[in-house]
Amino acid sequence: MSKITELKNWYLDKFKDFENSLNGESKLPFHQTRIDAIQKFSDLNFPTIKDEEWKFTNISSLLNHNFKPASENVLEFDHSIIEKYLFDEKEYITIVFVNGVFSQKHSNIHSLGEGIVISNLKNAMVEHPEVIEKYLGKFAGYEKNIFTALSTAFAKEGTFIFVKENKIVEKPIQVLFVTSSNEEVFSSPRNLFVFGINSQAKIIESYVGVSDKTSFTNAVTEVILEMGAVVEHVKVQDESERAYHIARTEIDQERSSNYSSYNVNFGGTIVRNDLTTTFNDEYGFCKLNGLYLGKGNQLIDNHTLMNHAMPHCESHEMYKGILTDKSRGVFNGKIFVKRDAQKTNAYQQNKTLLLSEDATINTKPQLEIFADDVKCSHGATVGQLDKNALFYLRTRGLSDQQAKTILIYAFASDVVHSISMRQVRDHLEKLLSEKLLTADLKD
Amino acid sequence: MIEIKNLKVNVEGKEILKGINLTVNKGEVHAIMGPNGSGKSTLANVLAGREEYEIIDGTILFEGKNLLEMSVEDRAREGVFLAFQYPIEIPGVSNTNLLKNAVNSIRKYRGEEEIDAVDLLALIKEKMSLVEMNKELLSRSVNEGFSGGEKKRNEIFQMAVLEPKLAILDETDSGLDIDALRIVANGVNKFRSSENGIILVTHYQRLLDYIIPDFVHVLNDGKIIKSGDKSLALELEEKGYDWVKDQYAEMASA
Repeated sequence: MSKITELKNWYLDKFKDFENSLNGESKLPFHQTRIDAIQKFSDLNFPTIKDEEWKFTNISSLLNHNFKPASENVLEFDHSIIEKYLFDEKEYITIVFVNGVFSQKHSNIHSLGEGIVISNLKNAMVEHPEVIEKYLGKFAGYEKNIFTALSTAFAKEGTFIFVKENKIVEKPIQVLFVTSSNEEVFSSPRNLFVFGINSQAKIIESYVGVSDKTSFTNAVTEVILEMGAVVEHVKVQDESERAYHIARTEIDQERSSNYSSYNVNFGGTIVRNDLTTTFNDEYGFCKLNGLYLGKGNQLIDNHTLMNHAMPHCESHEMYKGILTDKSRGVFNGKIFVKRDAQKTNAYQQNKTLLLSEDATINTKPQLEIFADDVKCSHGATVGQLDKNALFYLRTRGLSDQQAKTILIYAFASDVVHSISMRQVRDHLEKLLSEKLLTADLKD
Repeated sequence: MIEIKNLKVNVEGKEILKGINLTVNKGEVHAIMGPNGSGKSTLANVLAGREEYEIIDGTILFEGKNLLEMSVEDRAREGVFLAFQYPIEIPGVSNTNLLKNAVNSIRKYRGEEEIDAVDLLALIKEKMSLVEMNKELLSRSVNEGFSGGEKKRNEIFQMAVLEPKLAILDETDSGLDIDALRIVANGVNKFRSSENGIILVTHYQRLLDYIIPDFVHVLNDGKIIKSGDKSLALELEEKGYDWVKDQYAEMASA
């Protein structure tokens, strides 16, 4: 039996155990979707570097591990351990998952007004079946994506946010995923965020690790913005250097909705983000900002797709990478402008700082435009720190390391400076400084 | 304060400075003049520690210490300041942030406490008025989008805040209109004291109408070929450089 077949059988076995653990939940309509998805998982192949979309990201090391579904083993820890990852719990709504499993103990869901639901997905399947039926799995299709198929098969735990028409979630919602285990665990957070007509919310989705065991997070998030909804969505991925992180985020934007994404990655062994936004009606606005910092042998791969399916929409995309040591970055930014999407305004930039001889970036803008009255632009730059600027700063008394840190910081800061939540901005700035402090910035 | 002896410097394999001797004492202002390509800016940059330049021979003692062995930042911390001919734009780094880091690096080196935010602000305000700089430039990125005059004023402003022992002004007058020139010169004159030294690198005499030098040196083809007092600058303005070159050639052949 080949290694891959063996691995697949491992997950198929785990699915059986998972099914048995479901009890009454397997009677819910969504369970049929899980069964279809595990079948699909069984039929599909894991991507290799022969697949165009995975050309620079070789996941074979991921396939060498037999990860255990996390619910089997939750390592308990004191709340104080994760406090440094949490924003002020009075000012923020906090929902915490440990190895992908909802933790009541660490969560603090409070002061929700009427018409606002924040809960574990499992509960929502029972309490809001009509919402689940309408949206879950409708945007992140699993037919062609083995990781989404796996996620869908194991979909149970994850964040469910449902904001009804005209409701504003006053406090930002922090969703924290913690990996903590003395075994190699596999977690599949499945998030569904539904924002009703003219609703507003701010979300911070954080992924952290508190143990140094190898782990595998396979996250799928679907975000729906109904007409006029305004959403700010920050993702901070800061797991251990042994983490594998594969994440897919699908955003559906209806008429005049406004979505801002800040996708910040500090890297694991392999980090792969697939982020797709689709304008399904006119006058939508979307901002995709990304920042990644790679160290050691880390690989950080961002694939984005800005899908202009309807006219009069505007998208701004800016991804910046800082790569040190032997780290590698991949950026693939697609902009599709469909034939009907006249008056589209789409802008994309990818800028990379390579701070060592051995760091590499593969960057590829990919514009496919079928409408004739549009404004689209893209650009990619790869460079080093400006030697003249370094010299200038040093003639003012700053050390070489200090000068470099300041310049890198300046490079990175405009990606995150428009985040409206001050605590989040401060946290990111602090994280960035800490990471730069320990990075090897020598030439 | 600084003693340069027989300094020979190569830039990209070509000898640019061919044996410079220059001593600047406390309280003195030395003007270095000379035609384009004579090595004026090279000298200024070598003093600040520009690493691409290769020192072939010679010594530089600064306050008795070997300057050539010091890193760029340590020279600054010891009290050497270079006002750039072409100040660098640094997007994303505010002027205040630069000054805070600079002041604290220098203080730390000297074993002093970090400056308190209120004191720093007071210091900045005081020095800004010296060069009539607009307060709104403080929160802007270093030199980004500054006019030529604003950039040069910013250099003098930084100098005033950092209070070096030796200030080297590299063509600070170039590209300035007469009003800006007056403001910059005024800033330098207020900085000038019996405790510090200034080296003015300039192409034109007009700056020296405002900052009166104690000594004037003519640099040509990598060597100082004539030194004198401020009247030498006026003579150069009137007669150009050729007569000095001729005089030097005669002396050399004699």
